[in-house]
Amino acid sequence: MQTVTRAHLAETIYTQVGLSRNESADLLETVLERMSAALESGESVKISGFGTFSVRQKGRRVGRNPKTGVEVPIMPRRVLVFRPSQGLKAEVNGLTPPVDDDE
Amino acid sequence: MTKSELIAELAADNPHLLGRDIELIVGTIFDEITAALSRGERVELRGFGAFTVKRRDARTGRNPRTGQAVPVEEKAVPFFKAGKELRERVNRSKPGRGAGERARI
Repeated sequence: MQTVTRAHLAETIYTQVGLSRNESADLLETVLERMSAALESGESVKISGFGTFSVRQKGRRVGRNPKTGVEVPIMPRRVLVFRPSQGLKAEVNGLTPPVDDDE
Repeated sequence: MTKSELIAELAADNPHLLGRDIELIVGTIFDEITAALSRGERVELRGFGAFTVKRRDARTGRNPRTGQAVPVEEKAVPFFKAGKELRERVNRSKPGRGAGERARI
């Protein structure tokens, strides 16, 4: 399966926006870093038409090593969840996304 | 943080760029990820995470109000898995419960 990477995205910015290749790559990196920093501070990142990244608090629970069956405590932690917008879900199914997509 | 707040932050950081171009850059990034997923491709951004498309089999659902069985067709759903670095950053930020601490248990 084809995998799109940073290089592809930077190249698209380069061709679509007309910045230099270097600057395109830098801007992409800055976008990802800004989003990461917001999430790190516990803030959600909401991109209309795409989806919402949010941080969810998980409580302590007892897990089990699936191989040995030994119980291990899983400490409370914070995990990142992504909720795709209606538009992105529709696109992935080859449907026309709904016009109103500001969830 | 919303998309427009993200754009505003980037604009403040890059006074030499036009606001219009920053909007275009941010738009391009998410449009490209969307386009790749709709082609069935995966998008992998090391350290940040990977976007993939998962297949969901057809199943028999139920109208929760009437309890009536309704067929749900096979569908594709977008999925995001946070990369190691981002996962650790998000978890580490909780005071006193870092990834390192968990490893010692």
